[in-house]
Amino acid sequence: MASRTSSKAAVRKPAKKPAAKPVKKKDAGMDLSSKAELQAYRDMLLIRRFEEKAGQMYGMGLIGGFCHLYIGQEAVVVGMQMAIEEGDQVITGYRDHGHMLACGMDPKGVMAELTGREGGYSRGKGGSMHMFSRNKNFYGGHGIVGAQVPIGTGLAFANRYRGNDRVCLAYFGDGAANQGQVYESFNMAELWSLPVVYVIENNQYAMGTSVARASAQTNLSKRGVSFNIPGEQVDGMDVRAVRAAGEKAVQSCRAGKGPYILEMMTYRYRGHSMSDPAKYRAKEEVARMRQEHDPIEQVRTRLLTGKHVTEDELKEIDKEIKAIVNDAAEFAQLSPEPDPSELWTDVLAGA
Amino acid sequence: MSIEILMPALSPTMEEGTLAKWLVKEGDDVKSGDVIAEIETDKATMEVEAADEGTVEKIVVPEGTENVKVNAVIALLTGDDDLPAKKKPERNADVAVEQVTKPDEKKQEKSAAPKAHIVEVAADPDLPEGTEFVKQTVREALRDAMAEEMRRDENVFVMGEEVAQYEGAYKVTQGLLAEFGDRRVVDTPITEHGFAGLGVGAAFAGLRPIVEFMTFNFAMQAIDQIINSAAKTRYMSGGQMSSPIVFRGPNGPASRVGAQHSHDYASWYAHIPGLIVIAPYSAADAKGLLKAAIRDPNPVIFLENEVLYGKTFDVPKFDDFVLPIGKARVMKEGKDVTLVSHSHGIVYCLEAMARLQEEGLDVELIDLRTIRPLDIDTIIASVKKTNRLVTVEETWPVCGIGAEIAARVQADAFDFLDAPILRVTQKDVPMPYAANLEKLALPSADDVVEAVKAVCYR
Repeated sequence: MASRTSSKAAVRKPAKKPAAKPVKKKDAGMDLSSKAELQAYRDMLLIRRFEEKAGQMYGMGLIGGFCHLYIGQEAVVVGMQMAIEEGDQVITGYRDHGHMLACGMDPKGVMAELTGREGGYSRGKGGSMHMFSRNKNFYGGHGIVGAQVPIGTGLAFANRYRGNDRVCLAYFGDGAANQGQVYESFNMAELWSLPVVYVIENNQYAMGTSVARASAQTNLSKRGVSFNIPGEQVDGMDVRAVRAAGEKAVQSCRAGKGPYILEMMTYRYRGHSMSDPAKYRAKEEVARMRQEHDPIEQVRTRLLTGKHVTEDELKEIDKEIKAIVNDAAEFAQLSPEPDPSELWTDVLAGA
Repeated sequence: MSIEILMPALSPTMEEGTLAKWLVKEGDDVKSGDVIAEIETDKATMEVEAADEGTVEKIVVPEGTENVKVNAVIALLTGDDDLPAKKKPERNADVAVEQVTKPDEKKQEKSAAPKAHIVEVAADPDLPEGTEFVKQTVREALRDAMAEEMRRDENVFVMGEEVAQYEGAYKVTQGLLAEFGDRRVVDTPITEHGFAGLGVGAAFAGLRPIVEFMTFNFAMQAIDQIINSAAKTRYMSGGQMSSPIVFRGPNGPASRVGAQHSHDYASWYAHIPGLIVIAPYSAADAKGLLKAAIRDPNPVIFLENEVLYGKTFDVPKFDDFVLPIGKARVMKEGKDVTLVSHSHGIVYCLEAMARLQEEGLDVELIDLRTIRPLDIDTIIASVKKTNRLVTVEETWPVCGIGAEIAARVQADAFDFLDAPILRVTQKDVPMPYAANLEKLALPSADDVVEAVKAVCYR
């Protein structure tokens, strides 16, 4: 195993911003074309509307078990997806609906999995936290906090083993960032120069525990320092900042320089899961994030003030997205439950 | 007065070795700590240091002698005549390893095992008539299985602690680094949870990792990745994702290593749908089943046994010797009672059978080889013939493999049973360190004899 001799830590310093607030830096260099902004708007809106619908359907008893919504964090996956190419891999934890939609998975198949139906991505056997798509290089959907991090590192290992230039995005939250297996992965990834971007989605609460109450070092971008993995804090509410940081990190991985850590400063508007009333944070805090930092509103405002698009055109997009989500919801309710014989299939693969 | 220098053990399970070289000759004066000889096993070469001062009086075992038993006298030292004669069986000759030789009592118990082979064991029914055999240790057979599969499939690689440069903590990966290089034979940090998960990710991506655990005791740190990620993902993904991965390494009681390093996990993994669990006894089965495990599209737990690594067996000389997973082997047919065991449990059974045979009891011995899926059909067929069943395993009784077999047999062959099913297991306590207590904790041939007689009402 060839390991790098030079330390990269000195090359890229993490941003010196407090962990609790999104980084507000505006950089002209990270601006998106109006076409890209419009695409980002559409992609984020799809996630927002999909999750709102999932929330409703959960309330109606159509979705069971756990359901962790991504509302508020849309800019993270959408921006990162803009930074990768066909064939790059994505893996995440249980707050995964947004990642699947951003990867291009069919909203119908995702929603039907939430309702536990035959038309779901896992034919109803996985549920909200366990969906996969080989076609779209989406490797789950993992329900055990932090487990996706070594697995994502293994996907990157396979890339390096095969000598291709694919990169893996391994997403995890601020809560998972305290898992031991994350650091075991960091160590091996740097030791073997594996092409993996660790995307820490810091939505500031691990279930009900704030970062400050759970982490000795609250700047999670520094968590790779002792492994010589470069890390940056990124305004995860600004899709432009995410894309720019993502491109830099992905290029570094593709160039064979080993892993990279991006700490996305983001926020979830809803509770940890559907059953969480989120009493651990002030209503004003949520309201402020929604009013001042909403990732979709930011893009919308830029598009309108820059006169790249008219209100009517945006309305048209809203209508399209609504139709896609309604179709998904309808499909998810009409798709039959899996055949009882499905109970016994897919336990083992035939030789 | 002469001091005896004894053949040292390099590890708790070593029974014999080669006296490769003498570095002293008769008449030489030696001081405590001088290197006086080199000994070799199939695993390693070690230097023997003198533990006493004196003159080499006689070299009893010449250099180049193979199969020198542990604790055999290899040389005599003339000591200080003023001192009383002393015999220090464990300390006369010491080696630069942490383990000391095991007490005589332990050794006798272990060395009794080969005599049990007087029981005629049937050839593997899967083999064609006239197959040629070579003598190989389990360790070598496992290595060959991996090497052959790595030659055959570029996607197969080995990773784990000390598998490359050190050639395996138990020398199972000997020679692999030299042949395949460090891309495919990967030394990992001591980080079981991490590299097990990394292996699962590589398997998701279509590679075929062989993950070696230095022992399965350490795999408990990785068990979440094994069960939640490797075993369940196929089901949770509706068949889209699979984990073609082998987790292998020594499992079960070793010798004098205490509770944390002496633990049989067969029943733990056998509990999990989505896993295949294999635990072979012989070198041939180890080879044929490891090759099958590497080719299998599912996650396979391959439980080896440290005590068996150095045992030699006949291994069929085949270009491509692959055995079926999920098929037990009737090692010896008999009509009076069925004995079911696996891995090192077979050692107790063979010894017990030899004694029972002398007492006129005709035992049928089944080696499970695969624990999950369990070849219950072979067991049921045997019980229908013998009407009596004893299970033997080196784990605890509660929820063990024997418990599972007993439940299945009473359900499917209740009317054929002429006696309650008995289990021979490790006692229901953590493994003690003291030699006498360890012996009491482990199952034994005596236990097997007693159980067989009990179900035969003898």
